[in-house]
Formats: sequence, C-alpha cells, structure tokens
Amino acid sequence: MSGVETKNEIKTNYDIIIIGGGPAGLAAAVAAYDKGARDILIVEREEKLGGILNQCIHNGFGLTRFKESLAGPEYAARFVAQARERNIETWLNTTVLSLSADKKVTVINSEKGVAELQAKSVILAMGCRERSRGALNVAGTRPAGIYSAGTAQKYVNIKGFMPGKRVVILGSGDIGLIMARRMTLEGAKVLAVCEIMPYSSGLKRNIAQCLNDFDIPLYLNHTITKIEGEKRVTGVVVSKVDQNKQPIPGTEMHFDCDTVLFSVGLIPENELTKGAGIELSPQTRGACVSQTRETSIPGIFACGNVLQVHDLVDFVSEEAEIAGRYAAEYALRSENGGENGSENGSEKAETIAVKNGANISYVCPQRIDKSAAGNVKLFFRVKGTFRNCTITAKCGEEIVAQRKKKIVVPGEMENLILLQNKFAGAQGEITVELEAEND
Amino acid sequence: MTKTLTCIECPVGCEIKVEIENGEVKSVRGNSCPRGKMYAEAEVVCPRRVVTSTVRADSGEMIPVKTSKPVKKTEIFTVMEAIKNTKCHLPVQTGEVLVKNISEDADLIVSGNF
Repeated sequence: MSGVETKNEIKTNYDIIIIGGGPAGLAAAVAAYDKGARDILIVEREEKLGGILNQCIHNGFGLTRFKESLAGPEYAARFVAQARERNIETWLNTTVLSLSADKKVTVINSEKGVAELQAKSVILAMGCRERSRGALNVAGTRPAGIYSAGTAQKYVNIKGFMPGKRVVILGSGDIGLIMARRMTLEGAKVLAVCEIMPYSSGLKRNIAQCLNDFDIPLYLNHTITKIEGEKRVTGVVVSKVDQNKQPIPGTEMHFDCDTVLFSVGLIPENELTKGAGIELSPQTRGACVSQTRETSIPGIFACGNVLQVHDLVDFVSEEAEIAGRYAAEYALRSENGGENGSENGSEKAETIAVKNGANISYVCPQRIDKSAAGNVKLFFRVKGTFRNCTITAKCGEEIVAQRKKKIVVPGEMENLILLQNKFAGAQGEITVELEAEND
Repeated sequence: MTKTLTCIECPVGCEIKVEIENGEVKSVRGNSCPRGKMYAEAEVVCPRRVVTSTVRADSGEMIPVKTSKPVKKTEIFTVMEAIKNTKCHLPVQTGEVLVKNISEDADLIVSGNF
C-alpha cells in the first residue's frame, strides 16, 4: 500500500467494501455473506447504522418483506441484527473521500485518520439527498425557517425540537406528506401543501392518512411564487400555474407562516460514482447497471436510492440483495485466481440495452447481461397518470413481456418481469412502452 | 349511501366503495385484498389509526414509539398528550411497552433498539 499511515496496522484489504450502512448497504452485506463472502466491510458516515430509516418513525415499512407494518427504525433494526449475527465489520463515523476505478476506497474518520483501502468488489449504497430551494429558484428573501422536509424530519424525530409553528409545504412527495402529519401531531398548524403538478408524487394512502385525516388542504397545480420575511419567514405567496407550470397572474393567495418545507424530489448521491468514472444515466441520475446491478466498471455494483429513487424500502432491500449476491460472486471469483473475474467474461458478456419508450420516463436496469442466469425484473416509472393501460417490452417487433394495469401514476414505481427464455435469443435492444386505451 | 375511501393498509392505496344502509355495511367494492375489506368496514363505523411519535429518554435521545394497534381517530391528540408525558430510560428494545393501555387496549411501545 502506498501513502497510508500504517502505525495503527489497520486492515486495508477487503473482498467487498460497501459504501453506506442504510437499508441498501445492510441488505447487500447480508446477502453477500450468505452467498459465501466473509471479508466484508460496511463504511457508514453516521454514528449509527440504518440510514434514513432512523428518522422515519412512521409505520408502513416492511409490508412486502415481513408482512407487517413496521416503523423505520424497527425495519432497520431487523437488518442491523442480521448483519451483527454475521459479524460483518462496520466502520461508523467514517466518510468515504474517493473511489477509484481500480476499487481503491479512501476513507477518513477521527480515530484512524485517512486510510486507503483496497476492495475486490465495491457496492455503492450511498442513498440520495433532497433537492433544495436553490434547485427551484423560488423568488424572495432568504430568511430563517426554510427547510427541506427531511431536515425538518431529522429535527423533530432525532433532535427533538420543532422547526416552526405555522407551516406551508411545497411539493407533495411522501416526506412532505409525512411531515405535514408529524408537525400537526406535534402542535403546528400546516396551512397548505402546494404541488406544481396536477397530481401528487406521493403515495395515495399518504394523501389520505397524512392530509385528509387532518383537513390539510392540498393545492394541485400551485406553487410558491414568493417567500417573505427578513430574519424569519413571515409568509408566502402561492399561485396557480398553467399547463406549462407558469404562474397565472391574479391567482395569488397569501399565507402567514413562519416555516416553509420543501419536498420537491430526491437526487441519488453519486459524487463518488462520478469520481470513479462510472457511467451515469441522465434519467435516473444513478449508475447505468445490468440486472446484476453491476455498473459500467466490472466489480462495482450499485443498489438502493443511489441507483434509482425507490418509493418503498422493501424494494430497496430486494435490489440490494441482488447487488450483494453478485458482488460476492465477483469477489470470490477473483479470489480463486481469476484476474478481476474476467475469465468468466463478465466484461465481455453479451448484453442487450434496455430503453424507455412511449410514456415511460426511465427503465432500470439499463442493460441485460445474457450470461447472468434467471429472469429479470425491469423497474420503471411512467410519465403521467394512465388508466386501463398496457405495458409492453419489445425487442424489435417481438413482444417479450407484457402487463395490463388498471391505473399507473408517476409517483409509484412499476415493474415488468422478463423471462430468461424470452431475452436469451434477443438481439439489439429492448424497449419498454406504455399504451393507454383511454384517458 | 356510498362512501369512497382510499385504503391505507398498503402502498397500493385501493379506492374502495362502501355501501351503507341504515348504518350497516351492505357491500365493499374496489379492495384487492381482505385487509382492505376489513379496513373499509371499520373506517365507515369508527376510523382508527396507529399513532407514531417519539419520547425523549432521560438521557436525551429521542426514542421512536407507536401504538401497538390502531386507536380511535378522535383520540389521536389525547394519545399525543399522553406520549408527551411519557418517560423512558435506556436501554430499550423494539416492542417494549412504555404505557400500558394508552388508549383502550392499545399500548405505547418502543419501535427501535436504543
């Protein structure tokens, strides 16, 4: 090793290094272990494993996986316990500074200082972050009292104090809806939730149980056009928007409030990914991957919200287990004398590109590696609300998978299963498209 | 009379139509599972919700808590008051009861390991 302080004699070589100890990193670690890998390290920047689940104290997690409704910390606790049972090494309070294409992971923490670690295989599980006010260019002053919904959630649920008393929320993503209820329960008055789109990007049940239960109005096709206040927010102006999302003059409403929350979307946190030169998808803003969740660099895998923003943690766990299994396979293969695993041809494997067609905003995975066994579950989002629609995966003119849905909405990730015998002989690329019979 | 509800049992969020006659449920349509039917039948008679919140431990940490079963919607803020007055001493484990019968036969339980 070069450039490493070795006075503490820390271990610097691992079969698998997992960046991020949230739901994706934990499930990936457990799956990798169960596939035979033993030399695994999870690097987590917070002081506790579990990631964002720790502040998601509401229930509704785990219905798919555990058939019961758990609070976020409970869901995390189950995976933390599984990781502990397997003695998976974890470095907490440790930030990854960089990742290189040859799988060197440079980390820093207050105990060990800077260390350069070498992995045979890396799993990216850094999650995502919230879009901020800056990304939206909302006009007005810059007073205190403006938070992203997730920051407010951390203040209330982890730190235990209320960010404000009279609240307007911009954006109807799930975190915004959850916080509307949470702040109401803690005594705040939530005056309005404004959504620029004609539909909410949040789950329907959250509209019901977080807004309707507490008579909190949801203004669709509305946005905040001005934030007022010098030291502290004193009010906002909300305007109706036209079809092009432009504010309509004369529709302004004024709300006196001391707090504005932004719940306007999540962005996969891919700075490390970019640094390693991994190809990113402009649509998901995550890495381009095959169905094994392998990125454009062999041996580096990605899963969870750093790959594509999920609605449900259950699906994050499912995806992370795929990445964990294939990362273990890759690391064990290179251990058995293979040069970076390439003798099995994972780099030269025949692949088919998967593209989004009509009414589909993205498809993940973006390519199918024909050498990997098994059926492939394609995840995607639709561009609008459609009823009685047919979703089709086509290779040329041939239909390789098809599914009918009563209703699809952009806020909910959909999937389509591609049978292996359907794509084994396919050439060229597969396109997923949606055709609506009416609406 | 027909009431239209959004099911909150799972993320699918089925739109359920409940037909009520003389205060009795005559039919439930639109649900795609038995949980939805049960939810709809209860919702038109006496809506209930699981309440989730936090309790500050005496050492300062915020501990996530929830009711062990749904409580009457009309009692949510009473339950919140009781949660505010609840004390907690670490360590605690998931499922540990902090307040027995916080509302009817629902307990206040810890929902995380601390």
